[in-house]
Amino acid sequence: MLTRATVIAWLVLLSAPVLADPPAPRQQELVNLVRQDCGSCHGMTLQGGLGPPLTAAALSGKPAEYLRGVILDGRAGTPMPPWRPFVSESEVRWMVDMLKRGAINDR
Amino acid sequence: MTAKVIAACRHRGIALCLIYAVLLAGCASTRGTGDLGVVIERAAGSVLIVETSAHKRLAQISGLGDLSHASVVYSRDERYAYVFGRDGGLTQVDLLRQQIVKRIVQAGNSIGGAISQDGRLVAVSNYTPGGVKVFDAHTLALVADIPALYGNSGQRSKVVGLVDAPEHRFVFALYDAGEIWVADMKDAQKPIVQKFKQVGDQPYDALITPDGRYYIAGLFGEDGLALLDLWHLDAGVKRILPGYGRGTRKMPVYKMPHLEGWAVAGDDIFIPAVGRSQVLVVDQRDWQEVGRIAVHGQPVFVMARPDGRQVWVNFAFPNNDTVQVIDVATRTIVKTITPGKTVLHMEFTPRGEQVWVSVRDADRVNVYDTNDFAMVASLPAAKPSGIFFTARAHKIGL
Repeated sequence: MLTRATVIAWLVLLSAPVLADPPAPRQQELVNLVRQDCGSCHGMTLQGGLGPPLTAAALSGKPAEYLRGVILDGRAGTPMPPWRPFVSESEVRWMVDMLKRGAINDR
Repeated sequence: MTAKVIAACRHRGIALCLIYAVLLAGCASTRGTGDLGVVIERAAGSVLIVETSAHKRLAQISGLGDLSHASVVYSRDERYAYVFGRDGGLTQVDLLRQQIVKRIVQAGNSIGGAISQDGRLVAVSNYTPGGVKVFDAHTLALVADIPALYGNSGQRSKVVGLVDAPEHRFVFALYDAGEIWVADMKDAQKPIVQKFKQVGDQPYDALITPDGRYYIAGLFGEDGLALLDLWHLDAGVKRILPGYGRGTRKMPVYKMPHLEGWAVAGDDIFIPAVGRSQVLVVDQRDWQEVGRIAVHGQPVFVMARPDGRQVWVNFAFPNNDTVQVIDVATRTIVKTITPGKTVLHMEFTPRGEQVWVSVRDADRVNVYDTNDFAMVASLPAAKPSGIFFTARAHKIGL
């Protein structure tokens, strides 16, 4: 039997745009996160540092799904930490798309 | 003086007026540099020249390239700052004329540098291509190139933890290779390199003690540090604090900790644990752990006040709005302050009565009294990161 709470939960889930971009202010926060905090290992202009470069050219051979997994869960055996506590899966989808298009540095 | 110039202009004619004006300009520009410093504005590719006595910005100098993770060393006359940029840029800045003297781009990706004991050589540690390049401090002409080759297939390692050491040496660590190299620069064009291999997994940074004797590399890939006694190279590299995590699970590290010689207070060296919210204390007489202090997050900079009575600590994302102060005598935290979002660096005035703190996302540099912790000044700066005062000129390893 459906309780009122589960009905409401389903309605909320169904009405949420699944692949929508994050709202504009959050996009700015995410760009800042990539440039400044990812940048502390990958370079502020993403040309690389202790971590590898994250330019469009450097990422071109890597599937988006793999990159999303690396950001969310980190890479064992390397200093890359999991960012899951700070970003949602849909936000990571947007970040990877931006990175692969080389669009972070334009923002 | 100004009144004299005006009087001269009125009564003595143009020539004397000009002489007085030149004298006036000369007077205004005569000053020492011992209370000056540089603040990196990382996003704008500019630096501020600041004066610590009056908490003043004297000038902003732009055109220094990508300054994310920039650092600075000083000429021994404390007049010139050498700024090492992420993009391989090496820029010599004149603090008195407030302008760039020379600028070269010497590699694709760099992490820091050092100046030699005699002030004649500036060395840069590079990630791409991995190695160390050594330049004439006066002309910035290349003097020596030391590629960080390792293994059998011509691979080059990223180089970290480059410091100057007594007896005309530079010491550095190879992140990818797990090695420490000591370069003897007595004949600057032909460095003699002694290599220490298998020192540990992923050395990420290093320090040299203020007396210039011990080189200590922090390891990211394992719990422990690699110690080299520069008085006794034959004894090789020793492991200290092995397994300090005692098998417990590491937390993720969202920003690499940094090691510098300022972590030494008396016989104790204060070291950031990797993947733990702890500062480790090592007694440098026997290299045993003598304490550990629970702190607010992953420590990044762990810096002793110049007199060694306090140690100030800042933290990695997401705890980077906070600074904690450890009392060395009791090894307890005596103060927690929250300067603002993203504290990146701290620098003590030469004798430590004040500390300058860069708060990146607030676009401010705050100055605190280290005795009562009151904020005594705050200066605007665009996304400030490293702060470097000229007193570093006369410190081994800085």
